[in-house]
Amino acid sequence: MREIRSMLNAVGQSVPRKDGIGKATGQARYADDLRFPGMLHGRTIRSTIPCGRLAAVRLGFDPAGFTVVDHRDIPGRNVVTLIADDQPCLVEREIRHVAEPVLLLAHENREALLGASVALEEEPAEPVFDPERSPTAFKTILIEKGDLAAGFAEADHVVEGTYCTGHQEHVYIEPQAVIAVPEDGGMTVYGSIQCPFYAHRALAVILGDAVARVRVIQTETGGGFGGKEEYPSGIAAHAALLALKSDRPVKLIYDRVEDMLATTKRHPAIVRHRTGLTRDGRLVAMDIEVILDGGAYQTLSAVVLSRGSIHAAGPYRCDNIRIAARAMFTNTPPNGAFRGFGAPQTQFGVEVHMERIAEALGLDPVRLRERNLLRPGDTTATGQRVGQDCAALEVLRTAVRRSGFRRKRKAYAGTGRGIGLAMYWHGSGFTGSGELKLASRATIELTATGVRVLTSSTELGQGTRTMHAQIVADALGVPYEQVEVAMPDTGLVPDSGPTVASRTCMVVGRILQRAAEEIRAKLGDATPAEYFRRHGPLAVTGQYEQPEWIRWDEIDYRGDAYAAYAWGCDVVEVELDRDTWEVRPVRVTVVNEIGKAIHPALARGQVEGGTVQGLGYALLERVVMRNGAMANAQLTNYIIPTTLDTPKLDVVLLEHPYDGGPFGAKGLGELPIDGPAPAVVNAIRQLGIDVRGIPAVPEAIREAACASP
Amino acid sequence: MRFTLNAREVELNVAPLARLLDVLREDCGLTGTKEGCGEGECGACTVLVDGEAVCACLVPVAQVEGAEVVTIEGLGDDHPLQRAFMDEVGAQCGICTPGMILTAITLGPRPSLAKIRRGLAGNLCRCTGYEAIYRAIHRAS
Ligand code: FES
Ligand code: FES
Repeated sequence: MREIRSMLNAVGQSVPRKDGIGKATGQARYADDLRFPGMLHGRTIRSTIPCGRLAAVRLGFDPAGFTVVDHRDIPGRNVVTLIADDQPCLVEREIRHVAEPVLLLAHENREALLGASVALEEEPAEPVFDPERSPTAFKTILIEKGDLAAGFAEADHVVEGTYCTGHQEHVYIEPQAVIAVPEDGGMTVYGSIQCPFYAHRALAVILGDAVARVRVIQTETGGGFGGKEEYPSGIAAHAALLALKSDRPVKLIYDRVEDMLATTKRHPAIVRHRTGLTRDGRLVAMDIEVILDGGAYQTLSAVVLSRGSIHAAGPYRCDNIRIAARAMFTNTPPNGAFRGFGAPQTQFGVEVHMERIAEALGLDPVRLRERNLLRPGDTTATGQRVGQDCAALEVLRTAVRRSGFRRKRKAYAGTGRGIGLAMYWHGSGFTGSGELKLASRATIELTATGVRVLTSSTELGQGTRTMHAQIVADALGVPYEQVEVAMPDTGLVPDSGPTVASRTCMVVGRILQRAAEEIRAKLGDATPAEYFRRHGPLAVTGQYEQPEWIRWDEIDYRGDAYAAYAWGCDVVEVELDRDTWEVRPVRVTVVNEIGKAIHPALARGQVEGGTVQGLGYALLERVVMRNGAMANAQLTNYIIPTTLDTPKLDVVLLEHPYDGGPFGAKGLGELPIDGPAPAVVNAIRQLGIDVRGIPAVPEAIREAACASP
Repeated sequence: MRFTLNAREVELNVAPLARLLDVLREDCGLTGTKEGCGEGECGACTVLVDGEAVCACLVPVAQVEGAEVVTIEGLGDDHPLQRAFMDEVGAQCGICTPGMILTAITLGPRPSLAKIRRGLAGNLCRCTGYEAIYRAIHRAS
């Protein structure tokens, strides 16, 4: 007999991670740890010019023992399919960026492989690097609310400003890695892959009829942050083409330099604000322009732009808003998904701008924000009415109190220390009706010892397996230990949608909660194991049901952009070294409202990790582009935060349950990266230095200090 | 080539200039030692050589002739640091974890936060922001 559990036994507890032991003992298997009999190593030969034509390819080695693949070896279509089918799997003629894949080699001996020389004859053409001069827009978006001209007519003050953000490299510590294995008349790809079904779809198009069955299996993944969202589809295809031609397993692992040079990065952005305010600091008109540098192919730029523009006005209420956004083509490696997905760029703009407004109007920066923050019932730029869970004011007040902001602001004035804050919000799940279109599914099946969860949601370190098991355990009323979670394998699991957009807990977790409730009703008094013994297998597959109140107009960008928003406020204290112009963060207070922390320690880990990535984005991480290529594509001179660069972190999690999420949970993964950069720059502003761009590396700070009055 | 690997004598026939990292992973089948950069910057490949933390990607195997090498596999599965990393969620994606744990061993008993920060400065973690790693090391000591 099953004991009836009405309490939450797993949810809200920091239960042991499902993958904890494997990771602590070195037993967890990442792609590079796998070996297959007869396996070859693969290598990618890449373009060296940013724009032009490929005239000829000359092999400078004896081809015996090598497998060589070019575009003519593609049995299906030569395209890495995603939103727009514009990116070839291998260059045929046209070259659009440096490090574009041209030719693939495989050999069983790595030294022989690396020693093989290939000469490319390339005919350069004039590249475009400046997104503002680019003639080609991948996507434009216009969001309009109220009457902008009337808003400006009402304004006592108008404040303008331009804010710039640079590229950011993901630096997952495990570089890109896949292995393609020809087996059972099909092709199985194992890899460090964030979205196995994206890779699956891309492989099907590229391999066409040549391969009867494609299967993609995620291996343990050493970090992703968006960098393994769409990009591995192309690598999977490369490995599969080599495997198809050689009929041997092929391992394709990027080294760090190749990974940094060739793979996607966060989109650089230019954000312009023109804002009308009343004398007492009420926002009456916000005119915002957003320009993203998309790079040479579309990848996910259209959706990054979408999320960026929807968040561009910040968590503020204003009746008259125009947001005009565009993602532009340039001859640089394509930019793609990165934690935050356009929102960190636009929220950097609006929050640094708010600080400048406070300064221009002589208002207290906290008051200015308090006056304008969204409250329950207010409408966003797209006209969405925010719910009772809107916690903008509460996160601000908690952060201000907890950090001693007002006292320190006075105390630091005129010293080498500064303190600044930033408000932010982040919509959970796909935009608008995106979740409806995805129609994600997730399965729970009974086993001899409990239940198994089957989803395509990947564990990237964020805790997917653990958190899903907790939700299922409590919804089903079984101990957490009796819930197993299957590795995502497209041959085994349903498509639960991609592991992106802070949707894995709120959306996929919700489907699992419902499916578990359905199973619970069927079990009656039996435990899953008892039921399995008596009646045999039972599986329930649930599908996402979008809350029925959601209305979204994709053409006019009006309506309910996200089912829920999580809210945040960061307070950052910095110290300036006037000799080196180095700014060091010394203390950061983060207050995040996330609905419900399913696993408090994991949630805290997301906040701490995201915050430190955000501090790196703000102060250290500079991608130097020279002639369309990253000139510092090594960890020696692309610097991410180390233990010596990170400040004291104080994290507070608040919970205002959202009733459409499992046990009240909203999305969390991306939220914490939105705040640190503007908060850092606002703290630098207190030092009297007018910085409006990131990364605020010492050279940039010195330059701004010399220019500031 | 002879050395002690995880308390066992090993004798290998490998090129003296081969990277210790490759020898461990490929010739000894110990894949708990990871490669994150191959240039001595990330610390994912950290192993102990005569009790000192070194980057196995920078060390030619000839250099460990006669030495005592310990990899994450040498700790078994019940080392206090391993347990603490599990309890405090010091591992997210886990790729940096073996290197972190081995470096942490060299910090000695009850290290201060400042000492931990200095000691781990060569081990990059992109997931945790390091806080949970500090908590784990404090808990284990
Ligand atoms: S792989 Fe050795 S330090 Fe990065
Ligand atoms: S846990 Fe992912 S790099 Fe440290």
